[in-house]
Amino acid sequence: MAKHFVIIGAGQAGVQAVQSLRAGGFVGRLTLLGDEAYPPYQRPPLSKAYLLGTFARERLFLKGDEFYHEAGCELVLNTRATAIDRAARTIALSDGRTLSYDKLLIATGTRVRKLRCLGTDLPGIHYLRDIADVDGLQSEFKPGARMAVVGGGYIGLEVAAVGAKRGLQVTVFESAARLMPRTVSKPVSDFYAQEHLKAGVTLELNTLVAGFEGKDRVEAVRAGGVSHPADLVLVGIGVVPNDELAAAAGLTCSDGIVVDRNAMTSDPAIFAAGDCTRHHGRDGVEIRLECVQNAIDQAKHAALAMMDRPKDYGEVPWFWSDQYDLKLQIAGLARPGDSIVVRGDPALRKFAVFHLRAGRVAAVEAVNAAPEYLIGKKLIAADAEIPPEKLVDTSLAMKAFA
Amino acid sequence: MPKVTFIQPDGAKQTVEIPLGWSVMEGAVRTNVLGIDADCGGACACATCHVQVEPEWQGKLPEKSEMEEAMLDFAIEPTPSSRLSCQLRMTSDMDGMVVRVPPSQH
Repeated sequence: MAKHFVIIGAGQAGVQAVQSLRAGGFVGRLTLLGDEAYPPYQRPPLSKAYLLGTFARERLFLKGDEFYHEAGCELVLNTRATAIDRAARTIALSDGRTLSYDKLLIATGTRVRKLRCLGTDLPGIHYLRDIADVDGLQSEFKPGARMAVVGGGYIGLEVAAVGAKRGLQVTVFESAARLMPRTVSKPVSDFYAQEHLKAGVTLELNTLVAGFEGKDRVEAVRAGGVSHPADLVLVGIGVVPNDELAAAAGLTCSDGIVVDRNAMTSDPAIFAAGDCTRHHGRDGVEIRLECVQNAIDQAKHAALAMMDRPKDYGEVPWFWSDQYDLKLQIAGLARPGDSIVVRGDPALRKFAVFHLRAGRVAAVEAVNAAPEYLIGKKLIAADAEIPPEKLVDTSLAMKAFA
Repeated sequence: MPKVTFIQPDGAKQTVEIPLGWSVMEGAVRTNVLGIDADCGGACACATCHVQVEPEWQGKLPEKSEMEEAMLDFAIEPTPSSRLSCQLRMTSDMDGMVVRVPPSQH
């Protein structure tokens, strides 16, 4: 009988696995399960063009309906997997059905981390992860509205930038001393702080939000001992992995489903890919990556392993963020203790920060600087040693290092 | 709806309809044209939606932005006719356009 591969989670990783399994010659039965109402879609535009209203919803979908038909993939939406019985190799579904599987891929992604403080249940407090979240935000996202953004990370700052462009009065509350403290270096943080200030955004750094005030809906943010009036609030304080289904089935989990270099979990019939996984990065350090790159690449490796052609995952992670007319592109993972050098001049709104570890290029953050990003990514993959004085010498084209 | 024809390195042709205003990349990805990876979904951040536009159509396309120019410089074997298909928004002038898909995007 034909083998049945089931993928739980209809997001970027899930759809990539469908594509890679079929391209790789898997001819068995294939089912893709999603708990949202929509077929797999891109999340990055949600906090950017889709929120701004310049990107129609149908353009978010990663594939047209005919793709699933042609791939012979049964796409089951609005349906959640509620339990995995590993001994019987079956999955219980929220609609009461039971599916048997030969191999299973878990690509359940993440959900937003909820803020725990007073008043978080008040209407007007929003999170952003799904299409429905953005649609729910739109009616309040109007010129002149006072919007408080809790969390100065990618999501918060992208929404702040769109808000400023739309004419909202935006205040960003960040508990750390600088913006995007987990993901970028200080020179990049400082540069983005200046850009947000120039756009009219108010930044409240070193400021922990204590709670929200309001009668029927949110009216103010309580922070730093002061009430800051607000008509709406967007909370972007990170995500948590959806690993409960795997953990309940007895798979090894640790803030994410633990997988090996072939995306295999502690059960050889079950694989996991994307934001929900914890794996050993290229440098051997355990990590959970929340990005499109990891969803795509880990799903490709999972598909190979599911077809018994495993290949070690070691791609360089990459990320991007669009704020205003600035393109931030990051490759590699920075670590505390890296030495950093800046190439170019932030005042020209075009520069890159290189992270060196034991003399080798370990990460690059590039602002409006595609060559630095693209060549940087190659240098990271090659563990290249480039003297810092050469990296910062803009009279040398990046191509000279390739 | 305007159409674009994609020619694969082996000569295979595929013609797809792309709504006005959508990018050529989006039309390709939605219909699963092989070789247009477009990992970043059209943010001009990955250079994996590289195509070569047939000469007679090049004049009907928008100018390259500085970012596209820079990204293309690092695509696999770019030529003067190379474009990032995510940056090509469909207009009625582009109806019938023919583009070639390179052998590799990575």
